[in-house]
Amino acid sequence: MTKITAHDLAKKQKEISVAEFFERNKHILGFGNATRALITSIKEGVDNALDSCEEVNVLPDIYVEVKNHEDGECKIIIEDNGPGIVKKQIPHIFGRLLYGSRFHAIRQSRGQQGIGISAVVLYGQLTTGKHAKVISKVEEDRPAVILELVIDTNRNRAEVLNRNTVHWDKPSGTRIEISIIADYKRGKRFVYDYLQSTSIVNPHAQITYKDAEGTVHFFERTTETLPRKAVEIKPHPYGVELGTLIKMAKHTKARKLSSFLKTEFSSMGDRTTKTACEKAGLDRNINPKEMSREDFLALHKAFKKVKIMAPSNDCLSPIGETLIRRSLKHETEEISPEFIITASRPSSVYSGNPFQIEVGLVYGGNLPKDRSVKIMRFANRVPLLYQQGGCIITSAISSIDWRRYGMDQPSGKGIPTGPAIFLTHISSTQIPFTSESKEAIADIPEIENEIKLAFRECARKVQKHIHKKVRRKKTREKFDLITKILPEIAKKSAHMLDKPVPSLDAVITKIMDVVWIEDVITYEKVDRVIQTTLIEPVEEKQQGVITKSKIMVVNYKRTPQKFNLYALIPEDAVIGAVEPKPSKITSNYIKWGLGTIQPANKIDVNFELAGLGQGDFDENDLYIENINPTYVIGADKWEGD
Amino acid sequence: MVKKDYTNVLNKIDMIASKIYDDFQKTEIPYLNLPTRSKSNIKFDDKFNVWKYGKKTIERSAKSLDGAYMLLRTMYMTDFIKEMIRINKSSTLREMYYISEGWDMAKFHTQQESNMLAEDLEVITNCMREDFKLRPEEDGSRVIGNLTIEEMTRNKTKKKIHCQDDVGDSGYTIPYNVEPEKITFKSADADYIIAIETGGMFDRLVENGFDTSHRAILVHLKGQPARSTRRFIKRLNTEKNIPVLVFTDCDPWSYRIFASVAYGAIKTAHISEYLATPESQYLGVTPSDIENYDLPTDTLTKEDINALKSELTDPRFQDSFWRGEIKLQLKMGKKSEQQALAKYGLDYVTDTYLPEKLAEMGMSKK
Repeated sequence: MTKITAHDLAKKQKEISVAEFFERNKHILGFGNATRALITSIKEGVDNALDSCEEVNVLPDIYVEVKNHEDGECKIIIEDNGPGIVKKQIPHIFGRLLYGSRFHAIRQSRGQQGIGISAVVLYGQLTTGKHAKVISKVEEDRPAVILELVIDTNRNRAEVLNRNTVHWDKPSGTRIEISIIADYKRGKRFVYDYLQSTSIVNPHAQITYKDAEGTVHFFERTTETLPRKAVEIKPHPYGVELGTLIKMAKHTKARKLSSFLKTEFSSMGDRTTKTACEKAGLDRNINPKEMSREDFLALHKAFKKVKIMAPSNDCLSPIGETLIRRSLKHETEEISPEFIITASRPSSVYSGNPFQIEVGLVYGGNLPKDRSVKIMRFANRVPLLYQQGGCIITSAISSIDWRRYGMDQPSGKGIPTGPAIFLTHISSTQIPFTSESKEAIADIPEIENEIKLAFRECARKVQKHIHKKVRRKKTREKFDLITKILPEIAKKSAHMLDKPVPSLDAVITKIMDVVWIEDVITYEKVDRVIQTTLIEPVEEKQQGVITKSKIMVVNYKRTPQKFNLYALIPEDAVIGAVEPKPSKITSNYIKWGLGTIQPANKIDVNFELAGLGQGDFDENDLYIENINPTYVIGADKWEGD
Repeated sequence: MVKKDYTNVLNKIDMIASKIYDDFQKTEIPYLNLPTRSKSNIKFDDKFNVWKYGKKTIERSAKSLDGAYMLLRTMYMTDFIKEMIRINKSSTLREMYYISEGWDMAKFHTQQESNMLAEDLEVITNCMREDFKLRPEEDGSRVIGNLTIEEMTRNKTKKKIHCQDDVGDSGYTIPYNVEPEKITFKSADADYIIAIETGGMFDRLVENGFDTSHRAILVHLKGQPARSTRRFIKRLNTEKNIPVLVFTDCDPWSYRIFASVAYGAIKTAHISEYLATPESQYLGVTPSDIENYDLPTDTLTKEDINALKSELTDPRFQDSFWRGEIKLQLKMGKKSEQQALAKYGLDYVTDTYLPEKLAEMGMSKK
């Protein structure tokens, strides 16, 4: 047997191209089987399309088409109205893995690694041997570019096979056509689900989907407002890895450690910088380029010991409760749910990465009562369709005792049973996925805790809602009684005896014995200019919807009553006319000090809200102060700001 | 026969309206009290030997939505009754239910509800529904026997009818109103009245000529008997002094038919003294008969068993005869029908069973 030397081995040692690596490991990218491949391909295409539109502040208008050929081949087409891609960049974006603009930026975006769309091209090429086709138009009065490409897996470079110009009606945009081997029959339900879910968390997008049978599905846009643009932020000391820290120091323009820390990191002020250096035992004035590995290690350790403020949440772009509600309402119209309730947590941080949790709960209607609730998971506005069981969202929901909130849950653990849909959206600069296929979120205690808090808040709101409904129904009956039936009884008895109709006021107050508060909400479409936002820049729209609330306060007690009334208002609403004059207005509520109301008398309170869509605000949240809350129906005790 | 005087009825009806009106005047929440109409609230009345409502009452108050609706309906119904008395018309309970469609918020959802309220009004006013010009729609049941009735016809002429010679094989039909202003018993020559549950058995006895051969007046009960049937039997029993025998199937529901004839029904306990015939005796078929005559049977259903158990707690079934028979039946787990006697031939019931039973009861006059 000949001895094998290091030299012999060296002959075999060579670079493995990234493309080659993924060719062998396509399951990690979500191409594990023919069903998954279909969804992943569409998902990557749609993610890119949405991202590119938002980057240039265009409301996305996305077209998705799937054509199903025999022998398991599908052609997927995804088209957007984004800015298009300049000719030179097309081969890089579609034909090179790990190439993209978002990898280095610390802010919320859908794609991050730059693997996505080129992996689809690669998968199509590997399974069908067909080329990908890309059409792109960047300027309105220029023709579009059309090219066909394949990936050279050895070099991780695209090979352009055909390049041409073509006329395209769109002002600008990108269209890709890729043939892949996929299981359309099994996957088609998931494609629809994925696009519907995408539409829920992207209410500003319009998605048209033509399935292989030729049916066109239309997912409407429910808001004209683009999501808040996520600002790019610098790394936070809590989240930086040692290697990255060393690399950053090597490339910094700062000459002193203190200025390095202050300029290259977020949340580092004079005081935190000084404390961090002291804890690390380092001179603030040393040149970061001259620091030793031990120095970096000490600094890295010191970061953890210093209390550093959370990074600003400008880098996040949550959907917002109003829009989640509106989206869910729109998409669940057929189910006609009993109610939709949302909750939103303030932003929080894990390992220096800001994140924020929003949840929504759809309850009742035609949803099945005897099955597990439907869980919808979203990360940075992207639906997560697979690996529900291995996701922190699922385990957070499962660890809440839902029995306390009136749902079925054997042994108080696991996914509860009931007619409900649970939606969770996490926004973060860095979503901690369990794997590259980005289907489940890893087990991070901070995130789990926030999800639990959000759902508990939601569940409490549900309880309150139900309680209120029951109480209102009971008193509504009494109201019917005193307004309709009692006068009839009196009239009829008087008529039979040929006597005058007796006065009812005293009997009515005896039966009711409450202060009754009731609200009616109406919507009015207006053509005049209305202010729709409070924050600068003030946005004004030529037309919109005014939400008008009328609150009737009737004193059915036997004594005069005088108290304060509070009406909660959504944060994204602008207050218009208010009548009578309020004693206080904040961004969250309006307060009135109501005048004395005599028995059997009433006061009407009116206010208008702008900046909301029709139906966004359909129930007032009313509170009272300076009166025994048990006297009042229709409002709860004010617990303070 | 005199024209009925409705002054008393009108006064009583107005008292309801006055009660409500006065409550309003006194700034009280209007309410009406009436006896609880259930098994738990019937007491034996020693004076009349029948079961009547006890002292438990329920309050219908305008405090609750349901109570207020009931009061409003009460107002409408009493007003409607006043109007009928004024214009000298009457209506069926069903007609009144349809008329209530026009009562706006006071309308009934089912006829059951309006029938119940009509009974409530009887209870509150101590009047009978005939006083309210209300009548049931079911046709009366049939009578055959040596009995002459004088009926005031719709043409205001009196007509004598002999319930064998002047009628066909289906007999004389009992009208809904059997009060003296409508019918009187001119003559009766019979040893007993046999009240029969099923039409099949009634016709069998008629075909076999049991009314003549055994000097019996046969009355068809048609299941749970209508008020007029019970009132007819009661009057015939008291005015002509003829004993009453009840002949039914052998199951818990038939025992309730007997109870309503003999003791008074729970639903109409307020007028038991008008309707019930305390001297009535149960002839059969008894659970003991099933054994003694070896009759064909069916197995008791779950509902049958529950009904039997409920009868064991019903104050009307507390004598030793009923307790014994009901317990026996529960033990056997069987029930049987009157017509099961046909097992031994069509004449068996008239030739053997009835004569034997009558002899056993000391009724036989040979």
